[in-house]
Amino acid sequence: MPSLGADMDAGTVLEWRVQPGDVVHRGDIVAVVDTEKSDIEVEVFEDGVVEELLVAVGEEVAVGTPLARLGSLTEGAAAPEPIEAAPSEAEPVAAPEGRVRSSPRARRMAAEAGLDLAEVAGSGPGGAVVAGDLSKPGPRPPSLEPTDRSRRAEGTRPSLSSTRTETAERLAAPAVPGRPTERSGAERQAAMRHAIGELMARSKREIPHYYLATTVDLSAALTWLRAENEQRSVTERILPAALLLKATALALREVPALNGFWVDDGFEAAEGVHLGVAVSLRGGGLVAPALHDADQLTLDEVMAALKDLVERARAGRLRASEMADPTLTVTNLGEQGADEVLGVIYPPQVALVGFGRIVDRPWAVDGMLGVRPTVRATLAADHRASDGAAGSKLLAAIERLLQRPEDL
Amino acid sequence: MNTDDARTLLAQLLHRIAPEVDLAEVDHDAPIQEELELDSMDFLNLVTGLHDAAGIDVPERDYPQLGTVNGFIAYAASASGG
Repeated sequence: MPSLGADMDAGTVLEWRVQPGDVVHRGDIVAVVDTEKSDIEVEVFEDGVVEELLVAVGEEVAVGTPLARLGSLTEGAAAPEPIEAAPSEAEPVAAPEGRVRSSPRARRMAAEAGLDLAEVAGSGPGGAVVAGDLSKPGPRPPSLEPTDRSRRAEGTRPSLSSTRTETAERLAAPAVPGRPTERSGAERQAAMRHAIGELMARSKREIPHYYLATTVDLSAALTWLRAENEQRSVTERILPAALLLKATALALREVPALNGFWVDDGFEAAEGVHLGVAVSLRGGGLVAPALHDADQLTLDEVMAALKDLVERARAGRLRASEMADPTLTVTNLGEQGADEVLGVIYPPQVALVGFGRIVDRPWAVDGMLGVRPTVRATLAADHRASDGAAGSKLLAAIERLLQRPEDL
Repeated sequence: MNTDDARTLLAQLLHRIAPEVDLAEVDHDAPIQEELELDSMDFLNLVTGLHDAAGIDVPERDYPQLGTVNGFIAYAASASGG
């Protein structure tokens, strides 16, 4: 089970796309996994033959749990490699003698809710308690809300009976073909709000944000874009968002201190520029999957990738690799949005770039006042990883790059 | 394509882009992007759908004419010679 973001420590297999005996190649989709945010397609990272599926459809397992065993293509007898024993934040669930097996998040949730893990029926590997045992998908029982500190302060323990019953029912439920754990819209909505809330609360708790903003003249970019789109069929047209993304990706190459992750009290620069693109979903919530190697793509390729990403994000068909590795997130409010957005950083990333609505503003050039289309570009950055000087450099580079749209 | 066909086509396109929208319940003369909560990608998909389904390649400068439900229907009908 791959870790599909800093906020995930368990997932449920919704669907297997392969069967034992199938030959798979690197990049093939092998399974669909349900997380709090959406359904994610899991890719395989090596060529091989599927030997055994280790996790049944409908089963929730902790991050790091092998999902299937893969044999070598060349030597049938070679030692099988587990698929997706991916490195993750979650430590292995194996626990020392006398300690309840549990995932880190389950421990945290239990501690915050004042629960004893020994009294919770675990559904993880080896009976480990995972977060799902403490919170059913969707709204949680109020007594289990981590924010319910008053109850703990009073020394009364929330009743566990409802959780136990629900867990037992869930485990006892017969295996239904198809997608047994697929959630209703309302449940998904509540789960997503919860997931966003947890991650953003963690961000605000741990990351000392600083904010910068600048106003960028877009007349050159939009004039160029209009002329370009004039010659193109509607199927080939480029949106201003693609220009903003490409400029941000190129600017990040100049300021690598903002492109990467804060891990173990230190900054790790990322290898490539994988922009997390915040996509709002109809009915609420958002996801920010990665647009891989955005700095290497042509503008047309950025546009095509953006279109594809937005479509799949809204259809709930994102891939595991897209959820796991954005190196900086861009949030673009678009035409219907506000003038400016001061974002919350997605941990473990160290910065977030925001673009507001494109607005005509009075603009002074050479002592003359004119009206130009402009956008407020903002940066929220982690003060542990960088200072305002680096942040200013990034915004200045974005502004400069947008003045030469033909080079993007 | 007459206006009824255009309305049906719009409903089909919206079903993909904004499945929860019921065309009968929205204000046909309100700005379409605000009324239906469409972002610029949604609107592009709408115009692309018009191209794919009816062969109408709407130039960007005509986008404002498609800015309401009624405008969209009228444009689609007239551009297809209906």
